[in-house]
Amino acid sequence: MPALVWVLPPVVLLGVFFLYPLFLVVRQSVQPDTGGTSLQPYADVFASEAFREALGTTVWLALGATIGCLVLGFALALVIAFVPFPGGKAVAKFIDVFLSFPSFLITLALLFIYGTKGMANGVWTDATGAADGPFQFLTTPWGVLLAEITYFTPFVMRPLLAAFSQIDTAQLEVAASLGAGPGRIVRRVILPEALPALAAGGSLVLVMCLNEFGIVLFTGAKGVTTLPMLVYSEAMLESDYPAACVVAVVNIAISVGLYGLYRVVSRRAGA
Amino acid sequence: MSSGIRFDRVSVAYGRHTVLDALDLTVEPGEVMALLGPSGSGKTTALRAVAGFVRPASGRVFIGERDVTGLPPHRRGVGMVVQQYALFPHMRVEDNVAFGMKAQKVAKAEIPGRVAEALEMTGMASYAKRFPRELSGGQQQRVAIARALAIRPGVLLLDEPLSALDAQLRSGMLAELARLHRELPDVSILYVTHDQVEALTLADQIAVMDRARLQDCGTPQELYRTPRTEFTASFVGNANLLAVTVRGTGAVSFADAELKADTGDAVSGATATLCVRPHLVGLGDGPNALTGRVAEVQWRGATHRLYVEVGGERVKADVRELRKPPALGDEITLHFAPEDAVLLAGGVTDG
Repeated sequence: MPALVWVLPPVVLLGVFFLYPLFLVVRQSVQPDTGGTSLQPYADVFASEAFREALGTTVWLALGATIGCLVLGFALALVIAFVPFPGGKAVAKFIDVFLSFPSFLITLALLFIYGTKGMANGVWTDATGAADGPFQFLTTPWGVLLAEITYFTPFVMRPLLAAFSQIDTAQLEVAASLGAGPGRIVRRVILPEALPALAAGGSLVLVMCLNEFGIVLFTGAKGVTTLPMLVYSEAMLESDYPAACVVAVVNIAISVGLYGLYRVVSRRAGA
Repeated sequence: MSSGIRFDRVSVAYGRHTVLDALDLTVEPGEVMALLGPSGSGKTTALRAVAGFVRPASGRVFIGERDVTGLPPHRRGVGMVVQQYALFPHMRVEDNVAFGMKAQKVAKAEIPGRVAEALEMTGMASYAKRFPRELSGGQQQRVAIARALAIRPGVLLLDEPLSALDAQLRSGMLAELARLHRELPDVSILYVTHDQVEALTLADQIAVMDRARLQDCGTPQELYRTPRTEFTASFVGNANLLAVTVRGTGAVSFADAELKADTGDAVSGATATLCVRPHLVGLGDGPNALTGRVAEVQWRGATHRLYVEVGGERVKADVRELRKPPALGDEITLHFAPEDAVLLAGGVTDG
């Protein structure tokens, strides 16, 4: 059984280091501190106002950021791929580098510009003598949304640029010769051919936004509690491990569920 | 809408590299003009200047009476067919064909009828619901032609439309294109190709291009029977190009032989090039006999091609398949009729 020799070690490693801890989380979520095994932690968490609010915030932030990334990413990728300009290649390369940046870096950079003591507010207070600047949105959900869109847009652009490079320029030229203006070419030729890439990038960003922690933490937005933030506060600050694990399980379920949905949809689309 | 194409001293340059040099050319309404030349000769650039994908550095392009030089491609109303078909992969055949009409805001009720008509004309009516990936190369090219014709263009641009097809399909499609041209006598066609057979078969006029310049323009018969330059002679058909010296009216000398040929206005003593088509060269003695040694024999099925060394130059002869082809090194005699030889006007230089 030489095949088994090759298969066994990775399976065991995967089990010990990944699946077993995951199992522990799930088990903890059904073991309330009062002892025994019950679904009481789930009932408690689902009944709590904080959880429902966090769930709502997480979902709308993730959906909003994904839509923003898709729109912005599609527009930027179009320009980079189809409008020849000097340095276009360099921009495409930079996008690859951007993907390797940690997410909190973007938030930090935004803090320098729009933060309470940031450049934009500094210019305003210097000019008007007011005590506070007008840019206070960074600690609101909108600040988180801006940071997530800024950070995750390249994740949409990468597959899009790959898809665009596959489109035969002769198709675009023939479309133009048939009387189609730039807008119609984008809508009727480029967009349909880029749909699988758009779906891939969008679902990746959606899942990553659902689980994003660093950006929310670094904006310092006290009022913005997402599911990962809730896990953190329950576990680290309240030491309520069963509750933290319940939220974590819900978070995993949403992510895996969305991923499964994406697989079904993309298979239907023939991608 | 009957409209021709006119190039008025059109030049195109990429940086300092001129790819089309002051092209003057007119395609009459309803005419098929073949742009024939090797790759890099500027023929595709000329076509792209009509379509609007390259902007001339100088000169004007006219479609009919309309100066289109500054118009974007989608306002020019030309049909275009390219080598790699470029069908829209996510659309069914019928939607591919309807694309141009929708873009040009043709009345919705009119579109299905015109789609059917265009597909009927190219013999693809029964494939309307297929996707391009379900079609062979030849079928895809038919759909591409239907798509271009559906917008009823006055001008059709064909950019090496048969080059991606295999030889057998190509001759079939060539006949199809000739039929389409007969059915659409008002459409002017600019046909870019490097294949002389396609040009000779389809074109009313052939423009021979080389190194960014127009070398020659004329009917296929003119260019084939009385080429003006060596380039035309060798690119339109095969040619023996013999370096000769004019010896008075109606006579030239080649190697040691004295040959009869129409010398036109060439003065005695001038050096010139005599063009003789290989298939017009016969074996054995006769008028304008040349004797030499066989350097190479190629059997091509229906014909034998003989290369015969005469006075240091190789003379090609295409003769009907020989029962007993000569051996290498044999001494043989070739001949050709005086009226089959053309003294190239472009190559005459005073001795």
